[in-house]
Amino acid sequence: MNGQIKFRDVMAGQQRKHYRRNDLGAFEQTFKAEITAIHRLTDLENLFRIQIVDAEDRSMFTFQPGQFVILELPGIGEAPFSISSSPSRHGDIELCIRRVGSLTNFLFRLERGTRVGIRGPFGTGFPMEQMHGENILLIAGGLGLAPLRSPISYVQENRNLFNSVDIIYGTKDPSQLLFTYQYDMWRADDVNLHIIVEKGDPSWEGPVGMITKILEEIFRNRDAGYFQNAYAIVCGPPVMFKFVCNLLNERDIPMQKMFVSLERRMHCGMAKCCRCNVGSTYICLKGPVFDYWSVMNLKEAI
Amino acid sequence: MLFRALKKEDLKRLYDLLAGSNMIVAPVQKGQDGNRAPIYAFEEVSGFGEIHLDYTSTKIPAKRFFMPFRETMADFRMDGKDWGKRVGFNIDRPFVFFGMHACDINALNKLDKVLLGSHYPMPYYAAKRNNMFIVGIDCRPQPYCFCRSMGSDTALHGFDLFLTDLGDHYFVEVLSDTAFNIIRQITTREPAESDHALYMKMVSDKNKQFTLQVNTTDLTKILDMEFQSDVWKQWGEKCFSCGTCANVCPTCYCYGVDESVEMDLSRARKTKFLYACNLIDFAEVAGGHNFRPESHTRLKYRYYHKHRGFVEAYEESLCVGCGRCGESCLAGITVPEVIASVRGEDI
Repeated sequence: MNGQIKFRDVMAGQQRKHYRRNDLGAFEQTFKAEITAIHRLTDLENLFRIQIVDAEDRSMFTFQPGQFVILELPGIGEAPFSISSSPSRHGDIELCIRRVGSLTNFLFRLERGTRVGIRGPFGTGFPMEQMHGENILLIAGGLGLAPLRSPISYVQENRNLFNSVDIIYGTKDPSQLLFTYQYDMWRADDVNLHIIVEKGDPSWEGPVGMITKILEEIFRNRDAGYFQNAYAIVCGPPVMFKFVCNLLNERDIPMQKMFVSLERRMHCGMAKCCRCNVGSTYICLKGPVFDYWSVMNLKEAI
Repeated sequence: MLFRALKKEDLKRLYDLLAGSNMIVAPVQKGQDGNRAPIYAFEEVSGFGEIHLDYTSTKIPAKRFFMPFRETMADFRMDGKDWGKRVGFNIDRPFVFFGMHACDINALNKLDKVLLGSHYPMPYYAAKRNNMFIVGIDCRPQPYCFCRSMGSDTALHGFDLFLTDLGDHYFVEVLSDTAFNIIRQITTREPAESDHALYMKMVSDKNKQFTLQVNTTDLTKILDMEFQSDVWKQWGEKCFSCGTCANVCPTCYCYGVDESVEMDLSRARKTKFLYACNLIDFAEVAGGHNFRPESHTRLKYRYYHKHRGFVEAYEESLCVGCGRCGESCLAGITVPEVIASVRGEDI
């Protein structure tokens, strides 16, 4: 008589170096990565260059602009961050991070050479290929420039594939402007850069006001043909989406051609923990990039 | 599926066979409530006599055995600027649930959909779910049960054996080959036509005993239409945002992750802890912005996830109608009342 039930090791025969996302081994797969450089951007934000240590893993790490990773500091915690670098650089990524909580404050104390964990990439990206041949409006408010910098890099590297390109960037005041050292490069790549601040300082010579003000000025000089062939990517605080996207919609850019990135505090990134849910839409899986029509159909998304 | 009939006095033989080399989790009586009604719980047992197969329902579902409230996800060994990570799934032996009701089996089936589906199946859950042997047992509807409205009053899969009490014997459904190999070691007989008739009469009698119903017709659309309804605010004012409903829910799986480090900084640990969408910081993001700062928005989210979003994704609700949340709610909020009020029906 034997009532013994055999123990089944769910990982038996599944131990391998690379996992697909439907493998059980994918769940806690962390790439060990090293902080190779830290750039100070403002009083609050740093750019961290983080390189996956294993050369093969690094080259196999591919992502789309708009996707995010979860950065793990063992013993401290983990949090999701949009990738700020070009997808052509694979697993040698850059994360633009604001010092705001205990995890990021710890991160700001780390030195070059420290090893961290990277999980991902997760979520949806901006459909860049769909935008080939079109006019592109890249619109960022505040820290929204962090996720926008990846599609900006993509556009720069593939400038021949796009028609007219505008970056419209607004911040509270000039001291908060990110990536100031790159503005000349963007202009050199035939990208129209428009910057506006809500409150100027004595040295500020540019326009002052809300981001919609500069958008209205730009649109005044564009004809219907421009808008017919235009796509927009909008990154920033949720309140900005409504004003900016409504303005774009007034110019007959369809909501399906506007893409936004929603911010939530994911704990897993893999559609399990529910912390990012809107209704039962997992922002980490179906987003963070959505077209604006989908956002309008998600209750309480913004 | 195979059917057998098992004499009641032979059930202990099934237990002994399973208990010989496996851990058994079963309903036991833990005490009495203020009305002297027994309080039941799923516990590891060491003798057949401890088990109360006639239990009403447990206050807390069985999920602590396959989805512990706190669970280690990974351990780290720290080494200067470097570290090593070890992942384990916290199970090394199979376990037997002896006496699980259909609602709780259906809860597992629902959890399977989201936790074992195609995107990032969860190994912590999979390891336990794949090492579970479930003996189901029929039950009597309680005043708070609305499983029949949710289609969870019978379990079609997700168990190994299911027992239905037919007086002096059990009608046994044998679903898995593991169960078949075990049941053939004890005396059972082929059920007769009279057993089938008894079974059908038993089910028909049981169905007449339900006193609580939830109207789920068009519920997903109605929830969408009534998103701005004032009834949410009324329930929100009652709700204490304590999270008890999620704690006792057999299908609630959401969680948070935190990490801790040893005092000597040599080791660190990553822990997952079950969370509740009613808790105030559930949807808070970095910098302090909270997407659901008010009590009623969180309560509403809870209903939208369970009765709208999950239906959209899986064609079924993430509620089995066990009634535990309503029984445990400190504010007396129950699912049937909330849904009726959203539908504009009298409570």
